[in-house]
Amino acid sequence: MGNGNLTASHFFVTGDPLIYSADAAIILSVLSILFFLTRCHKWGWLWREWITSVDHKKIGIMYMIAAMLMLFRGGVDALLMRTQLALPNLQFLRAQHYDEIFTTHGTIMILFMAMPLMFALFNIVVPLQIGARDVAYPFLNAVSFWLFFFGAMLFNLSFVIGGSPDAGWLAYPPLSETAFSPGPGENFYIWGIQISGIGSLATGINFVATILKMRAPGMKLMRMPLFAWSVLSSSIVIIFAFPVLTITLALLFIDRFAGAHFFGMTGGANPMMYVNLIWMWGHPEVYIVVLPAFGVFSEVVSTFAKKRIFGYKSMVFSMLIISVLSFFTWVHHFFTMGAGADVNAFFAVTTMAIAIPTGVKVFNWLFTLYRGRITMASPMLWTISFIPAFVVGGATGVMLAVAPADYQYHNSYFLIAHFHQVLIGGVVFGYFAGLYYWWPKMFGFQLDERLGKWAFWLWNIGFYVCFMPQYALGFMGMTRRVYTYGWDLGWAPLNFVSTVGAFLMGAGFVFQVWQILYSIRHGRRDLTGDPWNGRTLEWSMPSPAPYYNFAQIPQVKDRDAWWMEKQQMPEEGRGNTAVKYEPIHMPKNSGIPFVMAVFWFIAGFGFTFHWIALGIAGLAGVGMSLLARSFQYKMEYEIPVEEIQRVEASMGRIG
Amino acid sequence: MQHAEASHEQIGHLDHEALKVFGFWIFLVTDCLLFGTLFGVFVVLRSHTDGGPTGKELFEIPGFVAETFILLTSSFTSGIATLAMNQGNIKRVIGWLIVTALLGLAFVGLEVSEFTKMAMEGATISRSAFLSSFFTLVGTHGLHVSIGLVWMTALMIQLRRHGMNAVTRRKMTIIGLYWHFLDAVWIFLFTVVYLMGVM
Repeated sequence: MGNGNLTASHFFVTGDPLIYSADAAIILSVLSILFFLTRCHKWGWLWREWITSVDHKKIGIMYMIAAMLMLFRGGVDALLMRTQLALPNLQFLRAQHYDEIFTTHGTIMILFMAMPLMFALFNIVVPLQIGARDVAYPFLNAVSFWLFFFGAMLFNLSFVIGGSPDAGWLAYPPLSETAFSPGPGENFYIWGIQISGIGSLATGINFVATILKMRAPGMKLMRMPLFAWSVLSSSIVIIFAFPVLTITLALLFIDRFAGAHFFGMTGGANPMMYVNLIWMWGHPEVYIVVLPAFGVFSEVVSTFAKKRIFGYKSMVFSMLIISVLSFFTWVHHFFTMGAGADVNAFFAVTTMAIAIPTGVKVFNWLFTLYRGRITMASPMLWTISFIPAFVVGGATGVMLAVAPADYQYHNSYFLIAHFHQVLIGGVVFGYFAGLYYWWPKMFGFQLDERLGKWAFWLWNIGFYVCFMPQYALGFMGMTRRVYTYGWDLGWAPLNFVSTVGAFLMGAGFVFQVWQILYSIRHGRRDLTGDPWNGRTLEWSMPSPAPYYNFAQIPQVKDRDAWWMEKQQMPEEGRGNTAVKYEPIHMPKNSGIPFVMAVFWFIAGFGFTFHWIALGIAGLAGVGMSLLARSFQYKMEYEIPVEEIQRVEASMGRIG
Repeated sequence: MQHAEASHEQIGHLDHEALKVFGFWIFLVTDCLLFGTLFGVFVVLRSHTDGGPTGKELFEIPGFVAETFILLTSSFTSGIATLAMNQGNIKRVIGWLIVTALLGLAFVGLEVSEFTKMAMEGATISRSAFLSSFFTLVGTHGLHVSIGLVWMTALMIQLRRHGMNAVTRRKMTIIGLYWHFLDAVWIFLFTVVYLMGVM
């Protein structure tokens, strides 16, 4: 590659009917989107209202849509794998194709599904919940989104152009070095993650600053809703973990691009250093995605039990302890490396120690539910189902943390079952709970409960049917990443059951899509702004919130500010009639974040194929975009009082 | 929920500039970790020369001592520029920024010639793990300095165009922080890479 003799069959992935049908599907859907936008004259609307938007609520919605698309892609990968493994000696996928699919499944689910779904909730909820008009850096927020989006697009492009990465979701060397992965797949991996990773790091900075500096007057840290606390602790972990990822990927790329010797087998390089570095980011990463889910559960449990959260302070401290401990566990991913008994013992103990603050949280949720007046709406269903899933997943995690026992479990299906159980049971169920909970706030209507219950039960039954057999398969000696197996091993029945479970979860996802489409037309409109009888500030405003959020910044006197307010307020007249508004300063929309991300995409694509001129041109474009922004001065505008009055009146807030 | 007094709104704009400086401090934390990781990699690999040239054979003391003095001086002159900003003398601000940028340019020039010389002697990035980590660590710092130069030039144009106001003051503060930070990183490079290399 890079010698200029690149032929079409190198550039486009050829020879696989599955990929040809995907090519056709991609081309058809792109054409139909282009046709629809042109036919309905929506290009201007798309540009003005969405692509150039710096409104955190719209950015949150875009994150959510992109994450759902990626959940679909990652889910299809999962179903392809489970189909291949359903029975022994199947020839559904070739070995190479199987390697590519398990690699993209893992990468997409963690980095392009869980992370953006988390950022969707950050953006939609945090400013409303802390009584702010915006995030600290709205422009940077848009940059973050578009970097994630184009990073994900670059990664997905590898599917049809050049070939997908096949060295596993963390691209361990020496397998990911040029000698063993000569094609562009690993370069797509490096640049896709690098570009979106810069965006994630910026989001971490943005939300730490937002939460520390932009809370409404009177909202002391210890009066802050627990979801905002979870975002703060997760963002702090992002700030400390993501620079390590940036360097690790950069060094791997320098190895591949310039023939350097960081992680290979020659020239004094050290492959184990990569494994250490990537897990120094990778283990904190799982706490980055699970902490906000804990925040969601805390909000949901207290709203739907109509009680204050039990043990607020211990909830806060346990999250902070988890975020610190998360940096002292990374070696448990390679107990079998041969680091010695002392090192393994240290990391075994720190890993098990995380179960303590997590257990504290679970008991606090249970105590909050105890004698509460519980309503079993969708968000609460997902929260309740999280508890047994996470208890089993946590217990098997402690089993894996026992270093000597891990020599048996290492890289077996037991491990696969464990991390799917905590990541689906903890993170995915948590974010679903959050989406169902805040959906009316985003769109002004509720999702249909009947279809939601179908989705819920399919997901939950499928979840156990899929992963419980995998624990047993692990004990029976089945390792991860095997692409087929023989009848003689006796793994067939359990594998078949597991595949059935995976398809049940897939059916659950179909019901969710149906639920959304159905509810757009038939969902109950949320006219109160407070459909769940909520406790925190986001429920004090209409649904969806006006673009400036709060017409007047609220003054907070206690925890659960909106609940306290409702207790003191007479039944009628939530709207304030005789209020005096001040003009509001808002950031102007900007096309620069989108353009800058396109240049990053061009740079990444160029370096992926060793087209250095294109790569440098892309980077130059990024630099020009930054300079263009630096030379902009008047970047704010003022909303006059009359417009605020008009908007508030149209939402029934005044007059 | 009573509502915040008007005074909170009025200082809103000034708050915004302070908020950006605060964010830059957090960015510097992430940049510290970035360099910290590279230092970690270098320390592990510094003895992995694979039979190739060592630091002792390659590093020339007058060269890296000169680089050190030039960069330290530029940090000092950027400090003088900040003092001039506090006195409100825009001509002196731009003047000292030019001196700072020229010193930075000289530093980058010396570093480029050092790298070229090493590469000519066969000590390239692909020779050994030691050299891979050397070029990456020192080169990342050099890249930071180069980006700082472009940035500083852009700021000088803006100072000329807009004069002293809340925005240009904030930008001066931020670039001052950045420049001093690069200086602090260089102290570690000087010690860990060069001094320990020639010892």
